[in-house]
Amino acid sequence: MEITAIYYLVPALIMFCCGVYGFITRKNMIAMLISLELMLNAVDINFVVFNRFFYPEQMEGMFFTLFAIAIAAAETALAIAIIINIFRAAKNIDVRSLNEMKF
Amino acid sequence: MESLGSLILYFIVALSMIVFSVMAVTTRKILRAATYLLFTLFAAAVVYFMLDYEFLGAVQIAVYAGGIVVLFVFAILLTSRPGDNTERLTSKSRLLGAIAAVAMLVVAGYALVSRTMVAFAAKPAMEAPDMDAVGTALLGTGHGQYLLPFEAVSILLLACIIGGVVVARKR
Amino acid sequence: MDIIIPILILAIPLFMFIFLGLCGMKMSYKLAGTLGTLGMGTVLVLSYLTAFTYFFSGAPEFINAAGERLQYLVFDQTWLAFTEKLVIKLGFLLDPISAMMLVVITTISFMVHLYSMGYMRDHHGVYERGFQRFYAFLSLFTFSMLGLVVAPNIFQMYIFWELVGASSYLLIGFYYTKPSAVSASKKAFIVTRFADLGFLIGILTLSYYTGTFNFTELTSIPVEGMTNVFQVSGNTAEGVRSIFANSAAPVFMGGSVLTWALVLIFMGGMGKSAMMPLHIWLPDAMEGPTPVSALIHAATMVVAGVYLVARLFPLYLMEETSLVIITVVGALTALYAAMVACVQIDIKRVLAFSTISQIAFMMVSLGVARPEFHHGLGYMASMFHLFTHAMFKALLFLGAGALIHAVGSNDYTAMHGLRKHMPITHITFLIGCLAIAGIIPFAGFFSKDEILSSCNEYSWVAYLWMSLVAGMTAFYMFRLYYLIFWWKEHKVHEGHHAPHDQAWTMTLPLVLLAAISCVAGFIPFGNFVTWNGHAYDFMAHFNWSVATVSLVVALVGIGLATVMYRKENELPAKFRRALPTLWTWCYKRFYWDELYIFITHKIIFNCISRPLAWFDRHIIDGTMDAFATLTNKASEAIKPLQSGQIQMYVWYYLIGALAIGAIAVACLI
Repeated sequence: MEITAIYYLVPALIMFCCGVYGFITRKNMIAMLISLELMLNAVDINFVVFNRFFYPEQMEGMFFTLFAIAIAAAETALAIAIIINIFRAAKNIDVRSLNEMKF
Repeated sequence: MESLGSLILYFIVALSMIVFSVMAVTTRKILRAATYLLFTLFAAAVVYFMLDYEFLGAVQIAVYAGGIVVLFVFAILLTSRPGDNTERLTSKSRLLGAIAAVAMLVVAGYALVSRTMVAFAAKPAMEAPDMDAVGTALLGTGHGQYLLPFEAVSILLLACIIGGVVVARKR
Repeated sequence: MDIIIPILILAIPLFMFIFLGLCGMKMSYKLAGTLGTLGMGTVLVLSYLTAFTYFFSGAPEFINAAGERLQYLVFDQTWLAFTEKLVIKLGFLLDPISAMMLVVITTISFMVHLYSMGYMRDHHGVYERGFQRFYAFLSLFTFSMLGLVVAPNIFQMYIFWELVGASSYLLIGFYYTKPSAVSASKKAFIVTRFADLGFLIGILTLSYYTGTFNFTELTSIPVEGMTNVFQVSGNTAEGVRSIFANSAAPVFMGGSVLTWALVLIFMGGMGKSAMMPLHIWLPDAMEGPTPVSALIHAATMVVAGVYLVARLFPLYLMEETSLVIITVVGALTALYAAMVACVQIDIKRVLAFSTISQIAFMMVSLGVARPEFHHGLGYMASMFHLFTHAMFKALLFLGAGALIHAVGSNDYTAMHGLRKHMPITHITFLIGCLAIAGIIPFAGFFSKDEILSSCNEYSWVAYLWMSLVAGMTAFYMFRLYYLIFWWKEHKVHEGHHAPHDQAWTMTLPLVLLAAISCVAGFIPFGNFVTWNGHAYDFMAHFNWSVATVSLVVALVGIGLATVMYRKENELPAKFRRALPTLWTWCYKRFYWDELYIFITHKIIFNCISRPLAWFDRHIIDGTMDAFATLTNKASEAIKPLQSGQIQMYVWYYLIGALAIGAIAVACLI
C-alpha cells in the first residue's frame, strides 16, 4: 500500500473542519483560540505535504510553514494578552458579552 | 511500497490527529481542550518527521507544543478555576456548527478528490534538508532564500513582545 | 520699429498689477501709490514715443509716398492654434486710431494715478483702506484697455474687452462694503456681459463666413514689397461682403447676414458705450471712487464701443442699414441723456449722463460718415471728439472729485458758491464746461463742429437734432457750473473748515488737463486720423455757417443757464411747476431702471425663475433627497448585521468563503 498525498490531506481537512466547528460553537474565547490553532495547523500540514509531494527539490512550503509557526506564536501571545485584559475588565471571557463595539 | 512500520505509524498518527482534534473542540473542560490540542500538534510534528522535514518537526514541537500550549495553559489558569465546565452547548448551535463544518468538508473534499492527479501522487524521493541547507536558505538573499521575511518576523516578534507586555500590564 | 517698446507698454501695467496685487499689502501706502504712478508714467512716455514715431517719423512702414497712413503690425504671435484655420493670435497693431488711443488712455490713466494719490485719503492725510489694491486694479484696467486698442484681431479685442469689463467691475465695486457699490458693480458687469453675448455671436458669424479674425484681412490689403504693413481698403471690405452675398444663406430675417453680424457686434459696443437701452449701468457706476469714474466713464472704457465700430468701419460702410441703426440709436441716446442730465441733483450723475450723450455724439458721427463726403469726415470727427472729450470729461470728473473731496457730498445743494473757496478748481472746471459746451477756441468746439458738419451733409433732421442736443449740453453743463460755484454764498458749518483747493497731486492733473482742453482743438486732426489714412485738412474745408450756428446754439444754452441759475431765484422752481410730468420723467430717467426691474423681477423671475426654482427644489433636489433617504433607510435596516457578535461575523465570512470556494470548484472542474 502506497501512502499518497491524500492520506495526509484528509486528516488535515478533518482537522480544519473541527477548527471551523469549534470556532463557531464555542463561547469561551480561549477555546475559540484553540480552534483557530487547529485550523492553522491543518493549513501548515497542507503546505508541507504539497511541498514534499510535488516540489521535493524546493523548500518554499517548508519555509512558509516555519514562518507561519512563528507568526502564530506571536499572534497567540498577543491574543492571550488581550483576553487577559478583557477578563480583568469584564470578569469573564464569554465572547457573547463582548458586543460593546456593535453599530 | 512502504514498510509495515511506517504504515502502522501513519495510521496511529492520522487517527490520533482526527480523534484529538475532534475532542479538542467538543470537550467542555477547557484545560482538556488545551491538552488535546497539544496531542494534535504532536501528531502534526510526527507528520513532518515522516515527510523528512526534521527541522520543521523540531520547531513544531518546540514552539507550538512547548511555547504556545504553555501560554494557553497559563491563560486558562488565570481566567477560570480548574474543574469548571463551560456551559452546555444548545443543540441548535451544535447543529449549526456541524452544518458549517460539513459544508466546508464537502466543498474542500470534493475539490480534493476531483483531482486524482493530486490526490494519488506518490511520494518522490528526496534528500532530507540538512541544517546547513536550512540555515543558508534562511539567511541568504538570493533566489529561494529568506533573509527579508526572517528579519520581518524578528521585528514582528519583538513588536509582539512589547505589545503583549503593554496590553496585559496592570494599570 | 523696435519690438521692445510695444511689449513694454503692455507688460508694465500687467507687471504693476501683479506686483501691487501680490506685494502691495507688504509695502507702505505711499510707496505703492508712487510705484503705480511711476509705472504709469513710464508707460505714458513709451506710448508718446510710439505715437510720435508713428505720426512724425515718416518711415515707409507708417506712411506711404502718397501721404496715406498705413497699418503696421508690430508683432503677431500665435497663441492658440486649435486647427489650421482657427488660430488665435496676440499682437500689436499700430495704426492711426490705435496710436491715438494709446495717447488718450495713458494720458488719462496717468492723470488718474497721480490724482488718486491725493484723492484716496481723507483731510488728515490718512490713506483709505485698500489703497494698494486700488492701484493694482487701476493697472489691470489700463493693461486691458491698452491690449484692447492695439488688438490686431477681433478675438484679442474680445479677450481684452472682457478683461476691461472684469477690471471695471473690480473698480466700481471698490468700496465693497457699500451695498450700493456692490450692486452697481454687478449691474455694470451683467449689463455689459449681456451685450457681449451679442458681440460674441457677431464675431463668430463674421469669422465663420470670412474664416479670419484679423482686422488686416477684413478691412485692409497688404502693401506690396513690405511685410507686416497694410493699408485700409474698401475693396477688402467689398470682398467680405461678396463672401457673405455668395454664401448659401445670405439673408436672415429680412436683413443680410453681414448686417446682422455687424449689428450684433455693435450691440457689444452699445453695452460698453452705454447706448440706449443698455445705458442703465453707467449712472450707477458712479458709486466707484471718482478717479475711477474719470478713467472708466470719461475716457476709456465707454469709448471702447466707438473704437470697435471705428475699427470695423470699412465693413460697416458696406451695409448702409447697420450705419442707419447706429445713427438712430446714437441720436435717441444723445437726446435722452441730455434731457435727463438737465434735472439731476448729484453732480456725478450729471456728468455720467453728459458722458452718455457725448458718446452718442461720436456714434452718430460714425453713423453719418460716408467716404464720398470729405474722405469720411464723420469718422475723423468722431475720433477727434473721442480725443477731446476724453480730455475735458476727465477734467470735469476730476474737478468734481476735488469738489466732492472738499465738501464731502455728491449733492450740489451742499456746494453753492464755491468759486472763492476753490479758485483753481473753479477755473479748470469752467474751462471744462466751456470745452464741452463747444465755445471757440476750446477743444470741444472743433470736434463738435466737425460732427455737426457731417450730420448736416447727411440729413437736415440729424443736423437739427444734434444741434438741439449740443445746445442742451451747454445748458446742463452751465446749470451744473452755476449751481456749484454761484447760486448763493457758500455756508460754512460750525466747526468745519471752509472748503479749499486740494493737494498738488489733485490740482496738477486738473491744470494739465485744462491746458490740453484749451489747445487740443487746434491739432490738425485730419492729418492724423481718417478712415483710410488719407490726410484731410479740415480747416481748409471749414464750414463757417455750421460753426456759427453751433456757437450760437451753445451761447443760447449758456445764456439760459446764466439767467436761471446764476443767482438764487424762483425760475427753476417755476419751470418745474409748469412742466411737472416732463420734469418727473427726466428726473426719474424715464423710468428705465423701473422698466428693467419690472422685466427682470416681474416677468423673468416670476415666469421663468420661479418654476425653475420649484423644479430644482422639488424634482432635482427631491431625487437627490430620495437617494439620501433610501441610503439612510437601508443602512438602518442592515445595521443589526453588525451585532458585535464575533461568531456572527465568522458565519458571514464562512458563507462567503464557501460560496466562492464552491463556485471555484464548480468552474474549474
